[in-house]
Amino acid sequence: MRIELERRGSASPLFSVISPILSLLLTLVFGAILFWLLGKGPLSALYSFFIDPLTEVWSLHELAIKAGPLILIAVGLSVAYRSNNWNIGAEGQFTLGAITGSILPVLVPSWHSPLVLPLMMVMGMLGGALFAAIPALLKTRFNTNEILTSLMLVYIAQLFLDWLVRGPWRDPKGFNFPRSLDFSSDAVLPPLLDSGRAHASIIFALLAAVLIWFMMRYMLKGFEVTVLGRSERAGRFAGFSSRRMVWFSLMLSGALAGLAGISEVSGSIGHLQPSISPGYGFTAIIVAFLGRLNPLGIIASGFVLALTYLGGEAAQLSIGISDKVTRVFQGLILFFVLSCDTLILYRVRIIFGAGKTLAEGKH
Amino acid sequence: MLEAILLTIITASTPLVIAAAGELVTERAGVLNLGVEGMMIMGAVCAFGAAHVTGYPVVGLVAGILGGALFSLLFGFLTLTLVANQVATGLALTLLGLGLSGQIGESFVGIPGVKLQPIVFPLLSDIPFVGPLLFRQDLTFYLSIALIIGVHWFLFKSRTGLKIRAIGDSHGSAHALGINVIRTRYLAVMFGGACAGLAGAQLSLVYTPQWVENMSAGRGWIALALVVFASWRPARVLAGGYIFGAVGILQLHAQAFGIGVPSQFLSMLPYAVTIVVLIIISHNRRTTLINTPACLGKPFVPDR
Repeated sequence: MRIELERRGSASPLFSVISPILSLLLTLVFGAILFWLLGKGPLSALYSFFIDPLTEVWSLHELAIKAGPLILIAVGLSVAYRSNNWNIGAEGQFTLGAITGSILPVLVPSWHSPLVLPLMMVMGMLGGALFAAIPALLKTRFNTNEILTSLMLVYIAQLFLDWLVRGPWRDPKGFNFPRSLDFSSDAVLPPLLDSGRAHASIIFALLAAVLIWFMMRYMLKGFEVTVLGRSERAGRFAGFSSRRMVWFSLMLSGALAGLAGISEVSGSIGHLQPSISPGYGFTAIIVAFLGRLNPLGIIASGFVLALTYLGGEAAQLSIGISDKVTRVFQGLILFFVLSCDTLILYRVRIIFGAGKTLAEGKH
Repeated sequence: MLEAILLTIITASTPLVIAAAGELVTERAGVLNLGVEGMMIMGAVCAFGAAHVTGYPVVGLVAGILGGALFSLLFGFLTLTLVANQVATGLALTLLGLGLSGQIGESFVGIPGVKLQPIVFPLLSDIPFVGPLLFRQDLTFYLSIALIIGVHWFLFKSRTGLKIRAIGDSHGSAHALGINVIRTRYLAVMFGGACAGLAGAQLSLVYTPQWVENMSAGRGWIALALVVFASWRPARVLAGGYIFGAVGILQLHAQAFGIGVPSQFLSMLPYAVTIVVLIIISHNRRTTLINTPACLGKPFVPDR
């Protein structure tokens, strides 16, 4: 058996839509097999993983809480990836945004003003953007690979946060727990509705997605991103600077990751602690690809991946499987997305036995 | 004291050297597999499991190698057969590997592991200082040295090595010469996977003989940086591996001594050093261009 690819004349619009759906279906099939291997009824397990969390109001709020940071980060990453700048350190930019955004509530807790929250958000974005500027500087100035540098910075940011909350920022009245003091009510993103915990991060996310979608579709900057990403040479002929694009795309994705970080800390946690993210920065990579690097697609895929987090927690309680299965699911989704994307650009033929190759068949 | 420190440095450097040697061959064939971290952790969990079940750490080593190689096939299928984006697929491999290993290893947590025992060379190991360092090591250390020599010989002295380098530098020309690009790349990817798996096995059988989730702790990524640092030359992988290993161990000793710097900042050192080293190596654009395999990361669809 052999698989042969034949390039399509142009990207297939049909398969651009089918591919993410197909990959989700394949994930479900493999998920069922996985549950079966773990000795659980596949269908009931899938039900409690993917449907149960959608049946109650509080869990819908949790869904929005998890989807917010995922969408925010992924939308920024989509711009970076489209321009061929591989920022995979969003987890670090998320962490640093959370730290810089927390400067006000931690160091000046006595300042009460409606200005506190907006300032925190801005400082979070600045922190994330500046942290992402490091790989940008290294790439433009020293030609280093941004994949490796941005990833190394994740470890550095996490250790820095760890030091802060165990050292200078530790709450003196916190019984020696490694955490900062609780944010005052002026520094906490309030719940949107009375029915649950969901806060403004999901609004930020939807807003960012729509704005970036508009930029990519109707603004020169978006065109610049696409052209430079497809062909740096062509972009240079059009007068676009690939150097400036490195800065722009990395800092934009960093700023959005930073905003996600401070919103998460301010809205969901209420203080700083050593661990503030269940891997949002890495899962957002999957969100970006499942959404086909399209901001509107990312909104949908963000909710899907948020569901895998909730499903993992729910399945742990209801059918007693480990929540580690969540990360298996997330990895599987990305694999299937990437393989199904082949269908968009290529016709795939599966040839059984020692069949002739395409060209020989045509002669 | 010095001997003890050097011993731990050797143990810490060995997995880096092994994984980087494998990735070097993969990249020389023009394939950028960013999934080293994922293959490493899969190797670690397979090795621990097999050693635990059978009681033989050597079986664990073999299981680690097989686990890493099989896992890399997934990457090969996507990037070589389906021509998926190599960067994204490598990330997917890492994310899936970290998740899958956590799931597989769930029942291994807290179980005491089986340690791979050192091989003692008679007489030679009695030489003071040098003996314990070089002739009383476990199998993985000897394998890592053999691997560096073997990879160097294979890439630069053998015919297949020449083919691999040709494919990495110009897959179109290699294809026109009748070399089976896809098949060779599959083998190079699997070699990289096997090495990453072996490196992972070293972690769970020698370095810390137990299973801890995410125990690779970024070593796969450091191995990737090591290949860039070595400018795709095996001997430099050995040197670089020991530099990175030494930084990791010395910062641990510095933490134990308590030199007044918060432990978190010392823990940052290996990652910070990686960045600094990348800057030093990459800043000369021309030498980077000369050394990098020209087709690294580029998709290849054979025209017929």
